[in-house]
Formats: sequence, C-alpha cells, structure tokens
Amino acid sequence: MTLMTKFLGAAAGIALTAGAAAAEPAMIYDLGGKFDKSFNEAAFAGLTRFSEETGTEVREIELQSEAQREQALRRFADAGANPIVMTGFAFGNVLAEVAPDYPDTKFAIIDMVVDEPNVRSVVFNEHEGSYLVGMMAAMASETGTVGFIGGMDIPLIRKFACGYAQGVKAVNGDASVVANMTGTTPAAWNDPVKGSELTKAQISQGADVIYAAAGGTGVGVLQTAADEDILSIGVDSNQNYMHPGEVLTSMLKRVDNAVYDAMIAGADMETGFNVMGVANGGIDYAMDEYNAELVSEEMQTAVDEAKAAIASGELSVHDYTSDSTCPALEF
Amino acid sequence: MSGTAPAIELKGISKAFGPVQANKDISIRVMPGTIHGIIGENGAGKSTLMSILYGFYKADKGEVFINGTKTEIPDSQAAIAAGIGMVFQHFKLVENFTVVENVILGAEDGAMLTPSIAKARKSLKQLAEEYELNVDPDAKIEDLSVGHQQRVEILKALYRQADILILDEPTGVLTPAEADHLFRILDNLRNEGKTIILITHKLREIMEYTDTVSVMRQGEMTATVKTAETSPEQLAELMVGRKVLLRVDKKPAAPGDVVLSVKDLKVTDGAGVERVKGISFDIRAGEIYGIAGVAGNGQSELMEVLGGMRTGTGTISLNGEPVDLTGKYSDGQSRRARGISHVPEDRHDEGLILDYTAWENTIFGYHRDPKWSSGPLMNNAAIIQEAEAKMQRFDVRPPIPTLKAKSFSGGNQQKIVLAREIEKNPDLLLVGQPTRGVDIGAIEFIHQEIIRLRDEGKAILLVSVELDEIRSLSDRIAVMFDGKIMGERDPETTDERELGLMMAGISEEPDKPAWKAVEENLEAVEHGEAPKHG
Amino acid sequence: MDKMPAWADVVLIPIISLILAGILSTLVILAIGENPLEAYKLMIEGALMRSAGWGYTLYYATNFMFTGLAVSVAFHARMFNIGGEGQAMLGGLGVALACLFIPWPHWSLAILGSSIGAALFGAAWALIPAYLQAKRGSHIVITTIMFNFIAAALLNYLLVGLLKPAGAMDPATAKFPEPTHLPTFQDMFATAETPLFRGAPANVSFFLALLACLLVWLLIWRTKLGYEIRAFGYSQSGAKYAGISGVKTIIIAMLISGGLAGMMAVNTTQGEAERLILNMTEGAGFIGIAVALMGRNHPFGVLLAAILFGFLYQGGAELALWTSIPRELIVVIQALVILFTGALDNMVRMPLEKLFLALRKKEA
Repeated sequence: MTLMTKFLGAAAGIALTAGAAAAEPAMIYDLGGKFDKSFNEAAFAGLTRFSEETGTEVREIELQSEAQREQALRRFADAGANPIVMTGFAFGNVLAEVAPDYPDTKFAIIDMVVDEPNVRSVVFNEHEGSYLVGMMAAMASETGTVGFIGGMDIPLIRKFACGYAQGVKAVNGDASVVANMTGTTPAAWNDPVKGSELTKAQISQGADVIYAAAGGTGVGVLQTAADEDILSIGVDSNQNYMHPGEVLTSMLKRVDNAVYDAMIAGADMETGFNVMGVANGGIDYAMDEYNAELVSEEMQTAVDEAKAAIASGELSVHDYTSDSTCPALEF
Repeated sequence: MSGTAPAIELKGISKAFGPVQANKDISIRVMPGTIHGIIGENGAGKSTLMSILYGFYKADKGEVFINGTKTEIPDSQAAIAAGIGMVFQHFKLVENFTVVENVILGAEDGAMLTPSIAKARKSLKQLAEEYELNVDPDAKIEDLSVGHQQRVEILKALYRQADILILDEPTGVLTPAEADHLFRILDNLRNEGKTIILITHKLREIMEYTDTVSVMRQGEMTATVKTAETSPEQLAELMVGRKVLLRVDKKPAAPGDVVLSVKDLKVTDGAGVERVKGISFDIRAGEIYGIAGVAGNGQSELMEVLGGMRTGTGTISLNGEPVDLTGKYSDGQSRRARGISHVPEDRHDEGLILDYTAWENTIFGYHRDPKWSSGPLMNNAAIIQEAEAKMQRFDVRPPIPTLKAKSFSGGNQQKIVLAREIEKNPDLLLVGQPTRGVDIGAIEFIHQEIIRLRDEGKAILLVSVELDEIRSLSDRIAVMFDGKIMGERDPETTDERELGLMMAGISEEPDKPAWKAVEENLEAVEHGEAPKHG
Repeated sequence: MDKMPAWADVVLIPIISLILAGILSTLVILAIGENPLEAYKLMIEGALMRSAGWGYTLYYATNFMFTGLAVSVAFHARMFNIGGEGQAMLGGLGVALACLFIPWPHWSLAILGSSIGAALFGAAWALIPAYLQAKRGSHIVITTIMFNFIAAALLNYLLVGLLKPAGAMDPATAKFPEPTHLPTFQDMFATAETPLFRGAPANVSFFLALLACLLVWLLIWRTKLGYEIRAFGYSQSGAKYAGISGVKTIIIAMLISGGLAGMMAVNTTQGEAERLILNMTEGAGFIGIAVALMGRNHPFGVLLAAILFGFLYQGGAELALWTSIPRELIVVIQALVILFTGALDNMVRMPLEKLFLALRKKEA
C-alpha cells in the first residue's frame, strides 16, 4: 500500500531532468562519500546552506570509481550545471583536461590548484589555523607534551603538523610535539581503530592534548582522548560537540564557506586562485558552549592576538608545502 | 502356490524419464519364500523398477500390492514400513561408524543412543546365529571387508523387520567364496520364509540360486519363467533379443617372441602402502595373458604402472628395450609412443572424457600426434572424419561423432575406447575390465576384437574380476592376491574352484580339502588377521 | 541425454535471471520512493543511447572481458582463480614500468610493450599459487585470494614510496609520457562534424580485449593445449591416463589466466588514468568471476556478459548522477544482478529443466 502510494508519488513528482539546461550548481564528492564526518561533509553542509537559503536544488554525486570523475564532470557540464564544485586534490588531473572543453562553465576545486581560466582553485592556509590551535594546545597542556595525529602521510597533512608545531613552540619553546601519521594509503583517512591506538601510544608518551587531522580516523582519536580524560582538537568542521568539555577546540577549515561562496556566486563566480586563510575567515578555530570552560580568557586573548597578527601579515607561519621543510618539527 | 497371495505384485508399472521410457507396463508376481531373479542388460530398467518398489521414484502408472494389499510407496520410509529392505550395489554405510551404529542409524528409539545400541547388539547376535550373518558389532565399517559390509547392509534390512529383501548386483564386488557365503545366507533367509529379489546380469547366479526369473529388455518384461525350466542360452536370447554366442570361439594361441617382460615390479601408492609386491612375468606376441583376482589386490596398480599412470620399481622391458618407470618417459604419452595401448579399467574416469564428444575421445592420449594438427591448431575436420570411420568399423551406435561420450551406452563407450586403442596397432595392449557394465551383445563383439588382435600377433595383458571372462579369453592365467602372483595356470587344465582358491590367497595344500582351507581363511579375515598364504 | 536444449541453457537462463534481478531491483527502487521505470530509462539512455554512454559501457566491458576470460581459462582446468584482482594490480605495475621507463616512440609500440609487461607481471603473480597447487596441493582459492592482499599491499608500498613523484599528494605514479597515451574512441571515431564518444574512456584496448576473446576461443577449442586443459578440467584421472601432465597443465592454465587478468591494466592504467593509481582494478577482478559464470566460460559468452556488466556500471553511474538513489543502493542493484546471473544459476536452471522435461513428455 505504502509502496503503491510511493510509486504514484514518485511517478508524479520526479521529473528527472537529465540534460535539462538549468544554471544550477552541481557538487561532486570524492570517493570518501559525503558523510565522512569531515571534509566532504563540510562541503555538504555548505551545499545544504545554499539550498536552504536559495531554494535551489543542487545536483550531487558520490563517486564510485576513478573513471567516473571525468564522466561526472562532463555530464554535469553538458547538462548545463554551473558552477560545478568538487572536493579533493584527486580531481586535479581530470579537471585540467575537462575544463578547456567547457569554456562557458565555471568549476571550483577545493584543495588543489588547476590553472585554467574557468576554474576557481580554492586552497586553505591550514598551517595558520593549525598554528592557532597549537598555541592553545601548548597553553592547555600540563605535561608540556602535545600530540598530533595525521591521516595519510601526504604533504598537505605535514602542512597541518608543521603549523601546529610552530604554534606550540611559540608558546612554550620547551614543549615537545609527538607527531604520528596513521598510514600511507587512503585507508588512513578512515581508520578510527588505528587512530585510537595511536592516541593511547601518544598518551603513554606524556601527551595530554592531541590534535587530529585525519578525517574519519579522527573520530577514534577524539573518542579515545575523551575516554582517557585528556584534551583533543578537532579538524575541518567544528567537532567540539562530539565530546562536550573534552575537545579543546577545532581547527576550522571552512570548506562549507568555500562551497557556499562558489554556489552563491553562481555562473558569475570569479575564477582563479582563491586562498582561504585566517584573514578572510576561511580558517579559524572553534569557540562554542561545549569548550567555553576549557578556554581561559588568557588563552583566548593570546590566540586572538596571533590571529590578528597573521591576518595583518605581521606574523607569518611557515608553510610546509612551500619548501618541504619544517623548522619546528622533524618528520 | 495358488492359495497364497504373492509377496509382491506389480501391475502395469510404467516410468519415463523425459523421452526415455525406463519401464513399460511391467507386471510381475513374486511368491513368498522364493528367490526371484531379475536379469537384463544395463539400462534394461531393472534398477528403475526396484527404485519404484523402494520409493525412490514414483511410477507414472501402475499399482503395487504387498502381500495382497494395494500399497502406496511414496518414499523409502514407506517401503521399510511395508517390510521391504534393499541392499544397494554401492553400500550406504557411514564408514567411520561401527556396525551397530550403522544398523540403528535412522531406526533409533528415543533420543538416547545407549538403550538402542544395547537392543540392537542383542538382536544382531540373534540374527547372526539364525542366518550365518556373523559380523563384529563393534567393528568400524572402514575396517571390514566388502563382503562383511554387505552383510551389514542385509542386517540393517533385517533389523528393520524386512520380509522382502532386494539385492542389486550383490556379487559384483565379492570373491567366489564370499559370493558362495552370500548365497548360503540368502538360502537360509528363504528357508525362514523371507522373499528375495536378486538383480543381476550374471546368468550363472540366476541358474544356480533362483526359483523363478524375470527377464527385462529395453524397459519391458520379456518373460517370467521357472528357473528349472529354462537354460542360459534361452535367457541370453531373451535379454538381447537375438541368439548370443556365450562361448568365445578362438583358435589355439601361437605365441611368438617375448614382448613384455616384467621383473620384480613393486608399486607403492600415495599413502605409502605397497600394492604390488614384486611380481615377474612375461607376455609373448600372439597370446593373451589374463590376470584374475578380486578387485583391490594390486591388478589396477600393475596396469597403471604399465600404462604410465604411476611410478614403480623393478624392470620392465618391451621388445627387449627397457621401459622408463620413474623418469621423464614414465608417462602415458611415452608409453603410447613405445607401442603400448591401454584400455583402462575405469572408462568413465580414465578411458574417456565423458563431457568430450566422441570424436574428441577418439584421439584422447594421441592428441599430440602431428597428424591431427595443421599448424598450431588441431585439424578437427580430419579427426571427425577419422572418428566416423572408426565408429563405423566398431559398430558404435549411434555412429554420430559429435555426440558427447556420456550419451552413449556403456558398451558403445567401451567400443569407442577400444577402437581408439586397437586401431593404433600396438605391440602390447593392456585391457582392464573390458566388459564391466557392458551389455551382452557388446561383450561378444569386444571379446572377438581382443582375440582378433591376438591372432594378428600382438601381446595382450587382460585384467578382469570376471573369472568367466578370464577363463574364456586367456591363453595363460595368473592369479593376483595381495600384490603377488599366486601362480600361473593353463585355462584348459584349471577350474573355477582352483582359481577361486588362489584368488582368496590359497594355493592348494594336498593334505587338506580345499573348501576347508577357504573356510579357515575367511574366518581369519573375519577376525581381522592377515590371511594365510600357501 | 541433455536435459534441455542448448539455446535454453545459453539464452533463456541468463534472461530469466536478469528478469528476476530486475524485479527485485524494482522493489528496492520503489521502497526508497523513486520511480523504477524512470530509473531504468535513465540507465538505458545514459549507457546505450549516447555514444559517450557506450564509451563508458565498453570501457568497463573491456576490464570485465579480460578478467572474465582469465577466470574462464583457469576454470577450464577446474582451477578457481579468485586472484584476478591481485593479478590485475601487478599487471598495472607492469604497464606502469613499461610506460614510464621505456621511451616509446608511438602508442602502437607502447601498447605492445605494456601488454607484454601487464601479461608477464599478472602471469608471474599467478605462478606462485599455481605452483603451490600443482606441486604442494595448496588450494588455489585460498592462495589466490591471499595473493590479492599481498598485491594490494605491494602496490601500496610502491605507490606511496618508490613510484610516487616527490611532493605529490596522490599515491600514484607520475603521468605516463605523451607517446604512450592510447587513442580513445573519441580520437578514433569522432570527426569535427560528428562528435562521438566525447570524453569517454573507451580506448583501443577494447579491440585488444576482442582479440583476446578470439585467441582464447582458439586456444581452448582449437589447440592441443586447450584440448589438454579441458581434458584435465573434466577428469584429472583421465588426463593422467592420457599422459597429460597435471602440474604442467595447472601452471600453464594459471599463467594464461594471470596474464589475461593482468592485461586489464592496459585499459585502466594506460588507456584511462594514464598513470598507475592505487585502486586501478576497482573490483573488476571479482566481477570477472560473475562474468565468466554468466558467460558459461565461453569467450563469446564472456564478451556478452562483460558488455552487460559494463552497462550496469555505466547505468549505475547515470543513476547516481541524475537521481537521489544513494550510492549504496546502486551497489545493491548491481550486486543483485551479479548474484542472480552468477551465483544463483541453479535456482533458475532446476525449475527450467523440469519444465522442459514436462514439455517433452507431452510431445512424446
């Protein structure tokens, strides 16, 4: 019965607009899927905000295979979607090939630079935000040892780690930073068990604040940190709510903002190199009711000063990816 | 007998499997207290008929009466309830259970085993005394000889109060002595008023042990006669539908040079058991050397070594040249290249690839012969043409090369194998069980072909468990027992009794009557002792 | 006597299986509130009514042809090669090494080199399980499946460490040089006036796969080796009787099988990605099992089954693009088809055989 009504409803309601020309944006999530509690989910949040505010439907696809990258791009472009937003560096190669074929379509790629006239390349100054949360970690730490757990060992994650270590050292030159990567394959983005093990290992080395920049693996880090009664720091989205009173803060990478901005700009989206940093609100640290008690006035003042200094250019945080070295941390 | 109701009466039974009419309007009456034989060629419908009686198949038409009452037999449980017991050709025993456990299997009372076992043990003892059915109730099935396993099957039926016992080809796996013992048991059972149906293709058993006999041919019951009023020749004719030559006509052999010489051959199987324990013999051109023996006494292994399917130690020479027994040239291809053809004992698993067409089978083993290839590919057209010719010459029916081997009857399958091996014009032909599962008409043909090859001056090694076959074909007979040759006999001067004794591992001892020796030896086997060798 | 005519076995059973799978999929789609008719229309339009759709369908089909052939060659020797996935990964390595380290002047030479590399590496990966089966009796199913894991780990290691260009984020090799890039269907068939196969990944290796189908057919049904492989598969004791070496047959069949699985990488790695990426096989090694089963281990059947599965993959992508059917449910639908056509063969076969027997009886 319900099936029947559903069937009728669906038949009446669905107008599958394959090929219909509509200047509505489209979103392509990487293989991780849109509910990864991190990067892709942040993009989804931006998309949702856009949809709710404008009432526009957004085409989305979660990829199943590598070959679908190009297919999804082309099919959306053919269908007239504009702009087309995609998450993840893995689209870099494909987009560079596809973009020239669709000069009238705008593309936005997050976390990667593709140098084409109709592409907006959104990159984040994760090192700046990591610097800020590093400072907070050093201030909150009683042992003088803080931890960092990365996902897959790629330059991007080293950039996080390096910024974090610089922030720690800026507050306490004697503090030590224990840094681990979960793995060397994409599986490292989604291995909460390993995350939990690494957390325990770091605790045994004295760490009492641990920063997780590891996608789904971070869920295990935050959980174990809460279980063991030490502080943790979330990443990408605001993860403070996951363990109220146990998560010191979250390094916010406003992928949602980047997606929202691109979509709201629509077909008129400006292309080119788009750096999201502390200065333009693309990078921040999270403050809310869940961590208000953990962050002292003194701490917040110090961090906000640093934030202002970075925004104004007074303080420059070293970017690991600029020269593959890090002054504050050995890999 | 007109007063009593028949133990079993079948009326108008018909059963078809697809287009094949396995049983056509069969009616039969079996009187209580008799042994009723059913004889017919393979595929004549004997087993189907008995399977209907035992509830495995449902007849399309017809009625079954047990002791005068119309009875429905939808499954084997109903058959057992109606007092029917069946001893299959392939025993349905659990190998690693004991005798008593097997007997009560499926007939346990209640959830607890112990009382059932105690009860069964008691009644087994009783049955053993009554019918000479002695088996150790606590022996494991896998430790028992084939003859004893068969007794367990009979005990199972009797334990379930069977009054009617059906035996399907019961002597196929037995030594002559074991077979004699079986028929003594059956005789006792008959005297106790049990009814026995004996399915067999052996005319001798029918003539010696049954009271009445029914003959089946191509799904039909061609006759039911009193055994005393018929003859083997008549039965054979009824089975085949034409006159059959039961004796093999052959000229005396004219042996030439030694073709095959085997010296101190030993064969050890995969499990490390020595199967052939140092045997020596020669075969000359133009003679058939027959090896008799109960299955499993090393004949198969001997054939396999000669055919290149196994390795062995000792020396074998062919036409004076040594044959490789372990090395690079110890495989079937090399043997064929040396002029040894091989009709293996198991044509289903070895001699033929059943899923191959007939034409593919006509080159099996010779497929590397360059004459079947053109370039890198096989010359299928040429092979098919050749196959057609061979099938014509060997009267394979139907003579369609593109038919799969499994679609042919046993006799025609064997003819395909024989055609392939004989046509190669070998120096030595190894033949194992040439007529196993082959109908009488084809047996005649196969025997004639083997003799024709002998008369062309080829050496032939014949291994068969059918003593009659060995006796009628061989120019010299060796008997194998326990991996050794017990002795060689001239078929003209020996007799079944003497060969039977040798098959049981006994050479004649003058101070003891032969039958006594057999009994003793059987007792020894029963008690798990090693059989005595004369 | 065969229980039913050959055409029923080859045509009717797969079609009925497909219909059953279709019915179940319809229920799944209905249950989540989508319109199944629209969904099927989308799949068909997206996969078969546009040249680019065919470009994707045939691209996937190329993978499945290679892996399906791999499974069927091994199966003719009754070796169940579940290791197509691992062999394909190693094949990918072979392709990458051939493309990266040999300066090919033209793609036509490069494809020869990379095919040889792929086949050699895939075959080598199958050799060890084959040897263990032939000589030591270690079950081929267990060893090949274990070798899948080893292959994945090996590829991880190489792509994360040795073969990854410095500073790259992706665990992948550098892009292959321009002369090794294979012509796609777009390059081959599209003209300025009629754009065909735009952007689709189908490339010249599809014809390589067709050639492989033909060669496998010749091998299995027309050569002595094929004769021996099939004989060994039907009856090992029969093979022994005929003097066919079991060890040799197992090893050769598995080498050919592994080589074919490896050659899948020419399509994905050289033809599509143009670099070696971590999940280059995308499960095609396992789909090959279903393709071989559905194709009755005959190259022509494998070809048709591979195209069907290619259609399913491409149709699934279209569903993901234009409907809100979740990715997971699309996988469920694909799995249903695989289940029905591959694993549940007997479920359709038994009643159908009975039906045919009954029909014949009526005629008789």
